Amino acid sequence: MSRRYDSRTTIFSPEGRLYQVEYALEAINHAGTAIGVMAKDGVVLAAERKVTSKLLEQDTSAEKMYVLNDKTVCAVAGMTADAGILINSIRYSAQQYLKTYGEDIPIETLVKRICDVKQGYTQHGGLRPFGVSFIFAGHDERYGFQLYTSNPSGNYSGWKATSIGANNTSAQTLLKQDYKDGMTLEEAQNLALKVLSKTTDSNKLTSEKVEFSTIGLDADGKLQLRIWTPEQIEKLLKESGVLTRDEEGEES
Amino acid sequence: MDIILGIRVKDSVIVATSKAFTRGISVLKDTDDKTRVLNQYNLLAFTGESGDTTQFADYIQANIQLFTMRENTELNSKAIASFVRQQLATSIRSRTPYQVQVLLGGLHNGSEPFLSLIDYLGTRVDLPYCAHGYAAFYTMSLLDHHYKPDMALDEGLKLLKLCHQELVKRMPIEFKGLYVKVIDKDGIRDIDFS
Repeated sequence: MSRRYDSRTTIFSPEGRLYQVEYALEAINHAGTAIGVMAKDGVVLAAERKVTSKLLEQDTSAEKMYVLNDKTVCAVAGMTADAGILINSIRYSAQQYLKTYGEDIPIETLVKRICDVKQGYTQHGGLRPFGVSFIFAGHDERYGFQLYTSNPSGNYSGWKATSIGANNTSAQTLLKQDYKDGMTLEEAQNLALKVLSKTTDSNKLTSEKVEFSTIGLDADGKLQLRIWTPEQIEKLLKESGVLTRDEEGEES
Repeated sequence: MDIILGIRVKDSVIVATSKAFTRGISVLKDTDDKTRVLNQYNLLAFTGESGDTTQFADYIQANIQLFTMRENTELNSKAIASFVRQQLATSIRSRTPYQVQVLLGGLHNGSEPFLSLIDYLGTRVDLPYCAHGYAAFYTMSLLDHHYKPDMALDEGLKLLKLCHQELVKRMPIEFKGLYVKVIDKDGIRDIDFS
């Protein structure tokens, strides 16, 4: 029945729905989970990588974490190739803002600009909408540390802790249970890992399956932004005890 | 040649502009205000090719207001100076460049006095005191001699008075007096200067 209305992105169905946008949202619900948690002194992003292989080069393949400028990172859920296009344009836009105003683009402005592009494909059309959701983590003068999500429809919202991708509803429930205001970055890291380990289909988290990035302040109060290497993630997994807790769970 | 002067004092900025609107050898008007209010704490004074000047100043004013509406936040002085410079630097590389000199006075983030001089080539210098055009030749020595960074506003106005007297005495151009504006924590206001 919907055949007549779902072949184009820009046409409403008689029930007032945009099928292609809904399909895009659905596609993301099957993609690897990404989680963002805000702490009082930083923000954590963690994501599950679905496709792993022994043959995959580990250190050259951060697929889901991208640095957008000096003060923003994002995690991707959905079609990574689509994300590449948006990331490219937003990096350009962020540099253009920096050149014009002599200061870094505010996080919300940056998110808004990505969302304007996404929205455009749901109204002016094209072949299909962008099949990606993002979690943005950033810091600016105005609001300090911030966490946003955006989806293919072009909506965005700010969060204390959130998730996108597969099992995002259960991740969201877990986050709601365990999130506490005023957590440290370290506590937030552990929470993100814990929630990720509980929501992934595979029963054990390994560094091949996890991507991780943080924004925080270093000893001098300078903003530090990094995407973690597999070695660093391995170390974190061991120290946080997420691995051992899972193993104990299997034994009992 | 119009007179555009600026002095940055302890917690405010003074901007003075000549009142005469001149075309060729005639003064057409003696109440011309060569400034635009950009937002609560920022004032743009301009001189150059007439027509270009108002067009450019209006464009900057409109864009600063547009930014405020879109982003729901005021641009600070340094960001505005950067934006204005960028516009002029783009313009000079186009087929129809603006021939405009500007002086931006304001309180950066509503607290730190800020004065910036930008010319039509896109040269920007942030300075404690400055002047565009011929006025600079007559007043710079006075400003160099009497200026102190921690001057109070009334001392700054006294110094401006000296500059004004010097201009009246030595400059062979009728400029019909000065409009004087002050930007401080209460915003932008006119000063009775006669």
